Amino acid sequence: MKCQLCSNPATVHLTKIVEQKKKELHLCERCAEQQQLVQQKELSLPAILQTLIGQHVGPWTDELARLACPACGIKYMEFRAEGRLGCPHDYAVFRVGLEPLLQRIHRAGRHVGKAPRRRPRSAAAEAEVLELKRQLRAAVEAERYEEAARLRDLLREKEAADEPG
Amino acid sequence: MNLDSLTQSSGEWLRGTGPDSDIVISSRIRLARNLAAFPFTNRASSYQKAEIEALLRDRIARLDLEPKLEYIHLPSLSPLDRQFLVERQLISRELAASEGPRGVAVTPHETRSIMVNEEDHLRLQVMRSGFALDEAWQDIDRLDDLLEQRVSYAFSEEFGYLTACPTNVGTGMRASVMLHLPALVWTKQIEKVFRALQKINLAVRGLYGEGSRASGDFYQISNQVTLGKSETTILNEIREVIPQIISYERQARAAMMRESRQLLHDRVSRAFGTLCSATMMTSEETMDLLSSVRLGVNLRLIEDVNIVTVNTLFIHTQPAHLQKLMGEQLDSEERNAARARYLRTRLREAGAHPN
Repeated sequence: MKCQLCSNPATVHLTKIVEQKKKELHLCERCAEQQQLVQQKELSLPAILQTLIGQHVGPWTDELARLACPACGIKYMEFRAEGRLGCPHDYAVFRVGLEPLLQRIHRAGRHVGKAPRRRPRSAAAEAEVLELKRQLRAAVEAERYEEAARLRDLLREKEAADEPG
Repeated sequence: MNLDSLTQSSGEWLRGTGPDSDIVISSRIRLARNLAAFPFTNRASSYQKAEIEALLRDRIARLDLEPKLEYIHLPSLSPLDRQFLVERQLISRELAASEGPRGVAVTPHETRSIMVNEEDHLRLQVMRSGFALDEAWQDIDRLDDLLEQRVSYAFSEEFGYLTACPTNVGTGMRASVMLHLPALVWTKQIEKVFRALQKINLAVRGLYGEGSRASGDFYQISNQVTLGKSETTILNEIREVIPQIISYERQARAAMMRESRQLLHDRVSRAFGTLCSATMMTSEETMDLLSSVRLGVNLRLIEDVNIVTVNTLFIHTQPAHLQKLMGEQLDSEERNAARARYLRTRLREAGAHPN
């Protein structure tokens, strides 16, 4: 049986009795939802989050769709699908997409409260680490293992400098 | 850590002491933290996860803190033991169910624990019996300070502590208070409380984080916002609202005692009688009946059993606890029989004389 509103297979069958007249309705899930005849799927946090991530990026959508993190390789679209970021650098890399999302979730965009006593890296040092991680990914992908090993050691040194024992 | 030694006790959160402990079960604070140098857990290779675990395990062992935290490597535990840790609220369902190198460090009295390689590299937790958010905050703040001296956290001036999920970024803090609200449930006022809390951005969940119907009438109230508000502000918001809920629950209890004491007494006594004599008992029914009995004890309608025993039974009758107490794996029907037997024995020991 086909849906009475579109031609998809009907999965929702409803019998209404209005003024002693029997009326039958056969709809597909989507049309039934639109008619608010069936309960939508239970709201879950990841589902809500995904809808939120999808909204509010407006004109940036195209640019974001192409964006990937140089350090961990996650694409913005993967974050959209999974609701989880790939690494700490993503907050800077996906800033354009994240800012409206954070506003929406927290009604705020800037941290207030506790901070580690040791200050985080400067923006320049952060950019340098990110660039090294990008080169490392590229080297691994191109199977240039000697270069990858060199970059890895370099990164270890840089990161060990702020990794107390 | 020898998990069997934990089996006998009920853990910090059901100790049943502390301020307002007839209604407030426990206070808990969690902090999400990540290492700056690694991808988040979901994006880390198993090699990286092993590296993270080894690093954190070492740093946690060297924390200048008494008593020492003992590290439990989860992949080497049986599913039953992992479930046991979930029931004690020491690890999340997610950590129990996920794969790869991961674990939890726990202090002997279970007041402090640190999950490793959950959604975030580190999830610090401090638990206190009763309404004690301040104490819990002071303790976890110090634990966080000590860890911070030994690892490099992912932190930005702008977004705060960086987390895998943007819903936790900023303070990374989730503070919650667990309440026992049977009178508000019985008088059907609980929905009103929920709506009021949602308006001020506080979340309500059941005992094990379930959404709607809370098992045993236990509810956890926690903050949803983690960015743009300081830890102090967030804690104040929760601290202000809890006494109001406590007072609603007390009013509902008083009204029931005034207007339908006999009905209430009957319901509580029937619950007690069933627990003392049934031969098959599901976990869900046990929670329901124990909730009634807990209310009855607090209203002095039942005097044969004390609150500590009731609290202990809540946790000991959970599936994994029960199987560990019985010393064998049981299927669901065997568990129902064993649970009923266990309840009868324990209530008899406690001096119960069902009419």
